Amino acid sequence: MNAALLIDSSYFIAAFLFIYGLKRMSSPLTARSGIVVAGVGMVLAVLASFLYTLDVNEAAKPHLSTNLTLALIALVLGLGWAWRSGKKVAMTEMPQMVALYNGMGGGAAAAIAAIELIGYKTHGTVSLSLAVLGGLIGAIALSGSLIAWAKLDGRINKTLRFSALQLVNGSLLLVLLAIGAYIIWHGGIVAWPVFAVFFALALIYGVMMTMPIGGADMPVVISLYNAFTGLAVGFEGYVLNNPALMIAGMVVGSAGSLLTLLMAKAMNRSVANVLFSNFGATSDEAEGDIAGSQKPIDASDAGINMRYASKVIIAPGYGLAVAQAQHKLYELVKLLQDAGVEVKFAIHPVAGRMPGHMNVLLAEAGVPYDIIFDMEDINGEFKEADVAIVIGANDTVNPAARTNKSSPIYGMPVLNVDMAKQVYVVKRGQGKGYSGVENALFYADNTQMVYGDAQKVMVSMIQAIKSLGGGH
Amino acid sequence: MDYTTTILTGFVALYIFMLAAFTGFEIIGRVPAILHTPLMSGSNFIHGIVVVGALWALLNASSLPEQIIGFVGVLLGAGNAAGGYVVTERMLQMFKPSSKTNKE
Repeated sequence: MNAALLIDSSYFIAAFLFIYGLKRMSSPLTARSGIVVAGVGMVLAVLASFLYTLDVNEAAKPHLSTNLTLALIALVLGLGWAWRSGKKVAMTEMPQMVALYNGMGGGAAAAIAAIELIGYKTHGTVSLSLAVLGGLIGAIALSGSLIAWAKLDGRINKTLRFSALQLVNGSLLLVLLAIGAYIIWHGGIVAWPVFAVFFALALIYGVMMTMPIGGADMPVVISLYNAFTGLAVGFEGYVLNNPALMIAGMVVGSAGSLLTLLMAKAMNRSVANVLFSNFGATSDEAEGDIAGSQKPIDASDAGINMRYASKVIIAPGYGLAVAQAQHKLYELVKLLQDAGVEVKFAIHPVAGRMPGHMNVLLAEAGVPYDIIFDMEDINGEFKEADVAIVIGANDTVNPAARTNKSSPIYGMPVLNVDMAKQVYVVKRGQGKGYSGVENALFYADNTQMVYGDAQKVMVSMIQAIKSLGGGH
Repeated sequence: MDYTTTILTGFVALYIFMLAAFTGFEIIGRVPAILHTPLMSGSNFIHGIVVVGALWALLNASSLPEQIIGFVGVLLGAGNAAGGYVVTERMLQMFKPSSKTNKE
């Protein structure tokens, strides 16, 4: 059997399985099988690639056994490390892990570009341009994702900001494009230090681009770098004449771009706004006085009131996950359901750290997805709810986003929890939210505050309801 | 059998890029928000296919710098693919409808 035919057919099947797998992943019912389908495609493509050993170029033939050994070692090391780390990571830390794996993909694309360029293997203006562009984007995705990972993981707390930063970054990008054009202009035949400087500057640019961005915006940035890596992979696929890379890369490039736009839209901001403006800097301005005071209530009293409500809507936030209270919360939900209370979850698009992150965290606790509702679907129901309980969420439930034009978060879509008859807010202390904005909800007449660690609060609520003895 | 690899260049490549871009756009456009995180992770896994390109580059390396960069490339690409798969699979495993959980 012809090796080239075998490789090409494997890639064809792999490309089909990737798209079919992604398609299945787009519905909760079939999502689980979708990733398996795509995984089969990946294994097939990687196995088929070893057929390359039958047909390497003349210059590489004497090195074939060394190269093959290196390839196997690299595969085993990369696979082994990633498999272990992926199995271990906690669900709350998922966003930074995705960032890390994404950066690795960008690095691999940049590595392909580097080999093609330093080996002077690429010819033709189109191939050369895509090799250079893919290398640039891949390198930016690599260093940018690493910074995003370090920030979300709490390894870097500083946000680098100085007034001329955008100017510096702009000039850096211009220099990069100029070097890229220089390489292409000379048909790729330039001394190797030019390539070294090019990749080094691209890596630095990725760092500089990500450093000024605050933690809350990081998901948008990770999604953007995900799209970047996809594009870089697609471009390098063209250079290598590899259709599997071209198709997979471009599908991810466009899907990732759309996902980035959706995420930014959910926060009522543009992607450019996320990248180039300093959100935290605006929140120091006066937001107008908030009338009223925060009224505390005991956790057990709040629990008992919920037990006798007919409809309860829960608005969870990242604080819930940090306190690891999802499991206790679901226990509470089951108790309420057994007592005949209708319980629904209301999920803000950016609850958690990424869109859909909260759904994953609730799913981990076993909460069935058909009592979990998106903001648009449930916002109209709050006025029929007897109790809305906010757990570890803040900015996403701030009514000031609807009413107060001077608020920095004005215009951001929020959950209308304030429209429920009674609102309980479970919160550790009297602090502000991630954006640093004061929350008018906490001072509203129908709001009562349950102070304490979310997990402990859940436990007291459960005990209080259980002590009623089955509601006789 | 006389088969040689099709060279994908010029407009053929452009068509592939265009159709692939629309495919990605269409798939994500109709996805409920609850699946955005797993899907981002899933698409992150799919660009792990870059490992295949890195493999080709490493197998065709003919100098030490090329071998070093190729090794790093395969290492990173394999990490992208394997890590992306594991975390996506773990996330998706947890999505269950009410009926199933009630039976437990």
